[in-house]
Amino acid sequence: MHSFGYRANALLTFAVTILALMCAMASVSDNFNTPTPSAQVQVLNINWFQKQPNGNDEVSMTLNISADLQSLFTWNTKQVFVFLAAEYETPKNSLNQISLWDGIIPSKEHAKFWIHTSNKYRFIDQGSNLQGKEYNLTMHWHVMPKSGKMFADKIVMPGYRLPEEYR
Amino acid sequence: MIVTSALIIWKALMCITGSESPVVVVLSESMEPGFKRGDILFLHMNRDPIRAGEIVVFNVDGREIPIVHRVIMVHDRKDTGEVDVLTKGDKNDVDDRLLYVHGQLWLQRHHVMGRAVGFLPYVGWVTIIMTEKPIIKYILISALGLLVITSKD
Repeated sequence: MHSFGYRANALLTFAVTILALMCAMASVSDNFNTPTPSAQVQVLNINWFQKQPNGNDEVSMTLNISADLQSLFTWNTKQVFVFLAAEYETPKNSLNQISLWDGIIPSKEHAKFWIHTSNKYRFIDQGSNLQGKEYNLTMHWHVMPKSGKMFADKIVMPGYRLPEEYR
Repeated sequence: MIVTSALIIWKALMCITGSESPVVVVLSESMEPGFKRGDILFLHMNRDPIRAGEIVVFNVDGREIPIVHRVIMVHDRKDTGEVDVLTKGDKNDVDDRLLYVHGQLWLQRHHVMGRAVGFLPYVGWVTIIMTEKPIIKYILISALGLLVITSKD
């Protein structure tokens, strides 16, 4: 009763409980944020469009990507992982998602950006279905908090189309 | 009592999250700056489709320790409902095909143990220290054992 050990144990338990509660409250507070991000992508050029020796189509393209994701940041946000994916359907696959570009936004000041780049990852189909193919470009983001629950969302931009012929 | 409580909590977590391993410790730097060594991840596994951008924990045949990486490519089969998934660590320059079994190009659903839904920083360091310095583990276990034996509760 009231020995040093008991007091140390009670104090430690209380401290850890308070810490856990603070982490939980920090995480819950993110739910009150209502982000209003915007994004825009232009395909400036199809650099390269060929069938690989193994039969799969591959595309390389130049993209102009601009976005304003500042509203995703709260005081609990550590970083935002943002990426651009091409999404389309083929006879064999109901959904193909190919990441074309991704980036990590470390702070709110970097969250409004404009980038001119070719695709960072190879855009390779599982098969030879890309000639004349219509696809969506979707910007996804994953909000990483300093602690707690992670959030994700996206903007779908439809209406993109690949050329009919290889080049 | 302590051991039983811990076991019950773990099993309850397994039931709630639907994953064999509801909490994992990040052991490498491949997902920095998002996840650092010593962070713990809370996992969830359900029937929802795997999509690009998700952080998944997967097993590779022949490797003991599961890997936590991000999905960068998804091909969802129409007829069979199977899915082909390619992953990559945020900090790595190349995708994970080198980590997969030789000749394997895609992960399938059965390789995936869970997806990350939340995390806490620093909490996992205890596990890492105990794994890397076994002497500390034995000291801690001995101390706890001693406490239990000498306790008057």
